Amino acid sequence: MPTPTEPEAPVIEFVDVEKRFGDNIVLKDLNFSVRRGERVTLIGPSGSGKTTILRLVMTLEELTGGYIFVDGEPLTHREKDGKRVAVSPKEQKRLRTRIGMVFQQFNLFPNMTVLENIIEAPIHVLGQSKAEATAKAHSLLEQVGLPDKADQHPLSLSGGQQQRVAIARALAMDPEILLLDEVTSALDPEVVGDVLNILRNVADTTNVTMLIVTHEMSFARDVSHKVMMFDGGRVVEEGAPEKIFSDPSHARTKQFLSAVLRDA
Amino acid sequence: MDWLDQQQQNFESLQNFGPRLWDGFLLTVQLTLVGAALAFVIAVILGLMGGSPKWWLRTPARIIIEFFRGTSLLVQLFWVYYVLPLFGLTLESAFTVGVIALGLNYGAYGAEAVRASLTSVASGQWEATVALSMSWQHKIRRVIFPQAWALMIPSLANLLVHLMKGSAIVYIVGLNDFNFELDQLRRVTDAWFAYAFVGLIGYFTFALVLTQIMRLLEVRARHRLGQGLSMREILSPAPKLPTGIQPGGAS
Repeated sequence: MPTPTEPEAPVIEFVDVEKRFGDNIVLKDLNFSVRRGERVTLIGPSGSGKTTILRLVMTLEELTGGYIFVDGEPLTHREKDGKRVAVSPKEQKRLRTRIGMVFQQFNLFPNMTVLENIIEAPIHVLGQSKAEATAKAHSLLEQVGLPDKADQHPLSLSGGQQQRVAIARALAMDPEILLLDEVTSALDPEVVGDVLNILRNVADTTNVTMLIVTHEMSFARDVSHKVMMFDGGRVVEEGAPEKIFSDPSHARTKQFLSAVLRDA
Repeated sequence: MDWLDQQQQNFESLQNFGPRLWDGFLLTVQLTLVGAALAFVIAVILGLMGGSPKWWLRTPARIIIEFFRGTSLLVQLFWVYYVLPLFGLTLESAFTVGVIALGLNYGAYGAEAVRASLTSVASGQWEATVALSMSWQHKIRRVIFPQAWALMIPSLANLLVHLMKGSAIVYIVGLNDFNFELDQLRRVTDAWFAYAFVGLIGYFTFALVLTQIMRLLEVRARHRLGQGLSMREILSPAPKLPTGIQPGGAS
């Protein structure tokens, strides 16, 4: 079992976060923090707000209340003279380049080859040279087990292969924080293991902070330092995976786990 | 005079008018191509503005689009040629006037095609560009537009043919385009021969060439997105059966 690094300022901190879509409140008074190198898995029934949390960190959703800090700096809004003011797009972009995300539906760019998908942002966003980015891309493709697919078209690959390319693409940006949003939910059961093994390997060999939403409970148990159980936009229970999975204290957690573990 | 003699005379007139008709045809080709180039630029700019979440970009785009779609090309041509000079804005050449009127009118229609196809690009693609911290210009140029392009070509092909036919109206500002020369031919022959025969063949051939070029552009754009056959496969004398998207699990 991996151990988190020594305590320091949290990499991600949610302070009184509220997210509403119109009148529908998805998250309310949410406070939690994630330390550097920590891997946190969010579990809970659909509609409990887990994915919304990842999307808020990736700035894909507008934060309607409260504050999110990345490396101690405000990601979307800061408090100034008692008022909540938006941070500048430039500041937001600077923080956002430290965050990477892998999506359920892969979202590879179909107008580019596998290699081009991986090197596009390192070259044009981080300013790496083409040679540097290409070399890194080839080693990442090696790491995800697709060394010979660089010049292929994304749509000619299977779902599992596409997701491995998407992982390589996210890692090519050298993120401090990696958000994994149900990355195996759209895959055929027989390839889920491959993708999870690659992520286990990333977890073992890097110090990247991970925020994970998954229904793969054994993966959550193996990889995460902390599991947070959500229901109705609130944290019902949180703790070490061995505690949550073998001896949950909250009835709602017990009920949820027995339901998902029965399905699995 | 019997019908055959009449036709013989018509064809002699056609021969005499040949060089003029050809010049007129070339002018129509130029008007169409330059007008279409301008219309495309206007369509992309207005389409991007019209699809923007920022109201101060969206609102002016909407006003311009609705204005130029809602007034006829003829009226716009009159405005550019006869009314703007009253405000001290005179365009020297009738060709420029024709191109501007065609560009604005069809650009406004094209803007809707551009906007619609930009919004048709899967939301996951937009989200991936955010996750990779791409700037707005970068994501549009490298990710979103190349995908929207394949979607907008069929609409643009339609508009291109409309624009070509619309160009027949520019003779009213004194341009000797194909339509004008056809009218000259009609004076010495007859309406049936000039329009229903020579005009039909001229415009139809040009339209056919334009639509085929657009079709090939679409094939190429789709192939680049991993859909359908390549241009070479389409043009090869022994066409393969279309296979569409290759099934996954290549290895």
